[in-house]
Amino acid sequence: MQHGKYRFIIGFLVAPMTLYVVFVIWPFIQSIYYSFTDWTGLSPDFKMVGFDNYTKMLDDDIFWKSLQHSVLLAVLLPLVTLGLALFFAFMLNVGGRRTKGAAVSGVRGSGFYKIAYFFPQVLSIAIVAILFQFAFDPAQGMINGTLKAVGFDDVPDWLGDPKLALWVIMAVLVWCTTGFFVVLFSAGMASIPKDFYEAALLDGASRITTFFRITLPLLWDTVQSGWVYMGILALGAEGFAIVHIMSVGPGGPDYSTTVLPLYVYQSAFRDGQAGYATTIGVALLIVTLAFAAIVMRVGRRERLEF
Amino acid sequence: MKTTDTPPSGSSSGTDDTSKVPAQRTGTGSKAPSAPAKRGEGQVLNVFSHGMLVVWAIMVVLPLFWAVMSSFKTDTDIFNTPWSLPSSLSFDAWGRAWSQAHMSEYFLNTILVVGGSLVGTLVLGSMAAYVLARFEFPGNRFIYFLFVGGMSFPIMLALVPLFFVMDNMGLLNTIHGLILVYIAYSLPFTVFFLTSFFRTLPTSVAEASIIDGASHTRTFFQVMLPMAKPGLISVGIFNFLGQWNQYMLPTVLNTDPEKRVLAQGLVELASSQGYKGDYSGLFAGLVIAMLPVLAAYIIFQRQVVSGLTAGALK
Repeated sequence: MQHGKYRFIIGFLVAPMTLYVVFVIWPFIQSIYYSFTDWTGLSPDFKMVGFDNYTKMLDDDIFWKSLQHSVLLAVLLPLVTLGLALFFAFMLNVGGRRTKGAAVSGVRGSGFYKIAYFFPQVLSIAIVAILFQFAFDPAQGMINGTLKAVGFDDVPDWLGDPKLALWVIMAVLVWCTTGFFVVLFSAGMASIPKDFYEAALLDGASRITTFFRITLPLLWDTVQSGWVYMGILALGAEGFAIVHIMSVGPGGPDYSTTVLPLYVYQSAFRDGQAGYATTIGVALLIVTLAFAAIVMRVGRRERLEF
Repeated sequence: MKTTDTPPSGSSSGTDDTSKVPAQRTGTGSKAPSAPAKRGEGQVLNVFSHGMLVVWAIMVVLPLFWAVMSSFKTDTDIFNTPWSLPSSLSFDAWGRAWSQAHMSEYFLNTILVVGGSLVGTLVLGSMAAYVLARFEFPGNRFIYFLFVGGMSFPIMLALVPLFFVMDNMGLLNTIHGLILVYIAYSLPFTVFFLTSFFRTLPTSVAEASIIDGASHTRTFFQVMLPMAKPGLISVGIFNFLGQWNQYMLPTVLNTDPEKRVLAQGLVELASSQGYKGDYSGLFAGLVIAMLPVLAAYIIFQRQVVSGLTAGALK
């Protein structure tokens, strides 16, 4: 086994490692360095400014708004999405109780629901955002059109209303992510032995008890990793895409929907403040790592083997 | 129409069984007193939860249905009667979107980028994962955690310097540059997933092929890769959906109108059609972009779902 082992190892690692270091690791290290400079991104000249960018950031109202919205998304979105997904997955797998053969089964039509719920996942996030941008259009969209048709005259402005815009965006994010977790949790629930449910049933447990005493504890690992995954999406790519495409401005109206990745993007590529942008990016990194650490810590349970 | 029938019939059978099952199974009267109370609770719960399932299904399907119908309508019909069926089946808007709005070019760009990245990700990812999973060498753990750690870093932070790195290398606004970036950012999950997959494969087969005189490289490509096919399919589906979904990377790193991928093209189409007022053309563009993947999903949904969940539940 030893013959030419190291040559082989190096030969196999060199291409992926080079790519990864050049395009991922090196830019990360650079950006932390740039966060201490006054680099504009437009000219190659810059100088070190110490913690100036960081003090500027702490006085920046838009930064605080972005941070607030990002944290709100990272906390609420997994809660709503995973909550809904757990409920749906439970209904589809354990919810129906018919005596034909199996002690537990899904409700009627669960096969259809599982297929349909996954649809948003296979649409590109950009398609989803554009679709809903038009659906929520105040004058001509499908939603206000329907509201008017059933007799509401005082229809909301949705994305144009600073109070509503962020909630609309959150609703769209819930819409496009829930299906994936329904399918994921369904697979997890399918791997829980049926005897457990049968035993609970014999003891006369209601469905709510069954869910909290059997399904949730045995599925906890999956829920927890789903939570981290969802939070990272909300803080990163998915949150950026939806806000960038859907919101007025983007980020508006009146900064009511701006999120950290969007503010990084705008500072670097619109305002010509690349150094300052990386400072906000470092704040985003801290928030993301803190989020992952908190979820892993709070969510730690004794691992159940079955 | 069909969906409204389901909750009452489903719920009535459901509640009856809820109360019957324990009583029948235990065969004693001990659980009987609680049965009526449970029936009431079960009934409310049933109607509510079946209702939720139906409502969510409608919420998911309706916007898609609306987009498809709107692509066949005239602009005035789209807004005046959002829910009526199109009066005639005209593919005019589809033609406009396909040729005039450059959807065909965006499609080609996307296929090139996603196809190239997918192949590259699987080849490079499986090579790195195989070495990390099967060979002991100094720095193994460090490299592994370097890859895995990339999953939780906010990509946006790296994109600011990366933009200028790529500009200097002449890779900005090129298809091959975009492919390299897609591969690099897909590696963390791919390596993480495939490393644990290669660890589960038996070592004896690889050893046998080495004893038979095959080189490590040949063992990998002719013995290990075919054995790893289920894992490659899982991670391939995952990466396909992720790369097809990608919006942030092309938005930052690919600003040349000629090289736009589908996601960027649609956003551009949405803002330009907004001015021109060609909404049916826009909806046709959206439908063209979502139909292929949606159709592929419906055909292969069993494989997609099992592939994805096998990956995520590991």
